[in-house]
Amino acid sequence: MSVEVRQVNKTFGSYKALQDVSLKVNSGELVALLGPSGSGKTTLLRMIAGMEVPDRSQNSEEGKILFFNQDVAKWSVSQRQVGFVFQHYALFKHMSVFENIAFGLRVRPRGQRPSNAQIHDRVKQLLQLIQLEGFGDRFPMQLSGGQRQRVALARALAIEPKVLLLDEPFGALDAKVRQKLREWLRRLHEQMHTTTILVTHDQEEALEVADRVVVMNQAKIEQIGTPEEVFHRPASEFVIDFLGSVNVFSGRSSETLKGESKVYVRPHELQISRNSIDHTSISGQVQKIHRAGASAKVFVQTDNDQKVRVDVPMNQLQSLELGIGQQVFITPMQAHVFSPDYTI
Amino acid sequence: MSSTEGFSHESRDPKWVQFLLIGLTLGFVFLLLILPLGVIFWEAFRKGIKTYALALSDRNAQSAIALTLLATAISVPVNMFFGLAAAWATTKYSFRGKSLLISIIDLPFAISPVIAGLMLILLYGIHGWFGSTLQSFGLQVIFAVPGVVLATMFVTVPFVARELIPVMQEQGSEQEWAAVSLGASGWQTFVKVTLPNIRWALLYGVLLCSARAMGEFGAVSVVSSNIRGLTNTLPLQIDALYNDYNAPAAFALSSILASLSILTLIAKSWLEARIDYRSKDKEELL
Ligand SMILES: Nc1ncnc2c1ncn2[C@@H]1O[C@H](COP(=O)(O)OP(=O)(O)OP(=O)(O)O)[C@@H](O)[C@H]1O
Ligand SMILES: [Mg+2]
Repeated sequence: MSVEVRQVNKTFGSYKALQDVSLKVNSGELVALLGPSGSGKTTLLRMIAGMEVPDRSQNSEEGKILFFNQDVAKWSVSQRQVGFVFQHYALFKHMSVFENIAFGLRVRPRGQRPSNAQIHDRVKQLLQLIQLEGFGDRFPMQLSGGQRQRVALARALAIEPKVLLLDEPFGALDAKVRQKLREWLRRLHEQMHTTTILVTHDQEEALEVADRVVVMNQAKIEQIGTPEEVFHRPASEFVIDFLGSVNVFSGRSSETLKGESKVYVRPHELQISRNSIDHTSISGQVQKIHRAGASAKVFVQTDNDQKVRVDVPMNQLQSLELGIGQQVFITPMQAHVFSPDYTI
Repeated sequence: MSSTEGFSHESRDPKWVQFLLIGLTLGFVFLLLILPLGVIFWEAFRKGIKTYALALSDRNAQSAIALTLLATAISVPVNMFFGLAAAWATTKYSFRGKSLLISIIDLPFAISPVIAGLMLILLYGIHGWFGSTLQSFGLQVIFAVPGVVLATMFVTVPFVARELIPVMQEQGSEQEWAAVSLGASGWQTFVKVTLPNIRWALLYGVLLCSARAMGEFGAVSVVSSNIRGLTNTLPLQIDALYNDYNAPAAFALSSILASLSILTLIAKSWLEARIDYRSKDKEELL
């Protein structure tokens, strides 16, 4: 089922939490909402679920949410049949894992409620899916963070939702567990093809898991695109800055550029060499080398006093025989230029 | 079980300071609490079990016990309902004047019970605002049982709400939203999710509320006019008997009231241990 958000605004008091947000998620797609804390990700997700109401607007085409091209303004949260996984799990702590997962089936009206045996089978199936067979009798407090997260997901999946909304599902977990759950989620999505919106503030997670990434900043959408698009063709300074570390050169320091524009170059897009390569090369001095990791991080102080990070593959680092204090040249192989609007 | 146990540090104060402080505390507790309580039971039984039984079998004494239980039995459930509604309204919704409302709920804590009683007379007394209207329906509030119940309700208003508001504030409404998104109706959400999460706080509030309802003297005394066998509650009857120099009967009834209070106290400390235990679990951030 496709989900569409049309020019939605949301204000809390005088604070704008969402500003003219439009987004279309296609049926079966997994979209990541990526943005810093406070950018409005949760608010947008809650609005899609019906837990928050968009500001009213004079224009009847604005401020709408559509499920499969149908306006859902009048649909209640339960009518929307969304599976919602909360940022802080929100498991029912007085119920066992089994009862948590069974909840959505047990509260159905009498006519539609599956039999006890059917509920039992379904929960068993889901426990298997989240690899927690034998944990049905435990209480949420007796589970690790990663396990709780999976229970929350199973509980949402139990009602066979039309749309799955995940609010930072791996937020509170350590890097290793995150990585595993991330891969698991992607596999799960490939099996089920439920339309999914995943909120995260981890760019790596978004780029790795999602079909498309929506980058949000300060209540607005900055860019929507495939992971390749947002990473290699960022639409704004914010996007490039948020999607990984980047070196910023002001236009004056580069001959090819004039005016106030800024040049963004990622650490791996810089070439380091002992001799100047062309007129864009900048000279500087090696200050620090971090060797831990797949490639070394070399920190260079340029002659006009700018700190620059260059990522150098290990074998290249060895052949260059770099040391602290070494005079080097750095040359951008690729650059992203953003001019402030008023110079255009 | 108590959360302070794990963090308590052996003090390095000299031994004599420790002994002095512990001794002082025990002395105070004994002199001010245990001794008077003991005296009540001692005095109640001093003239023998027969006098005790006689005092309790008195018609007015029994009517006082019944009225106290009636006032408690009405005001506690009403309060529970009001407390739940107030806690729900102030923690799940946002509206203007919310913090003012929360402060107003505390009003009976701040106002002297005597004034509370006078306010009721001004409103419902024969010469009061609604007095004549009520009388035309044949309903007498002041100097009658409804007044006693109203006064008890007034002084106990904050108890349940006060216990629930912080607990519900801390819990937020994510679990409720989760239930609703899974298809639960409002009632199902309340019964299956909200209520189990606040049950200990609710019980605790109800216990405090009952203790206060049974012991209330000031406000009830103003609106009841001490008609024996009719509008006297236990505390009022005890006071009346004592003023009649009928000490054995006064102490016999006191021992009943004290026993009720002690029972509530025991239930309360048992609950406190439970609540403490649960709040420790909560630190795991669920
Ligand atoms: N009910 C509310 N009342 C007032 N302000 C709110 C409310 N809900 C959210 N906000 C504000 O709206 C802004 C966006 O909040 P939101 O929860 O959507 O951020 P987020 O992108 O999910 O952040 P995080 O990554 O920290 O979860 C924040 O500044 C927040 O303080
Ligand atoms: Mg959030």
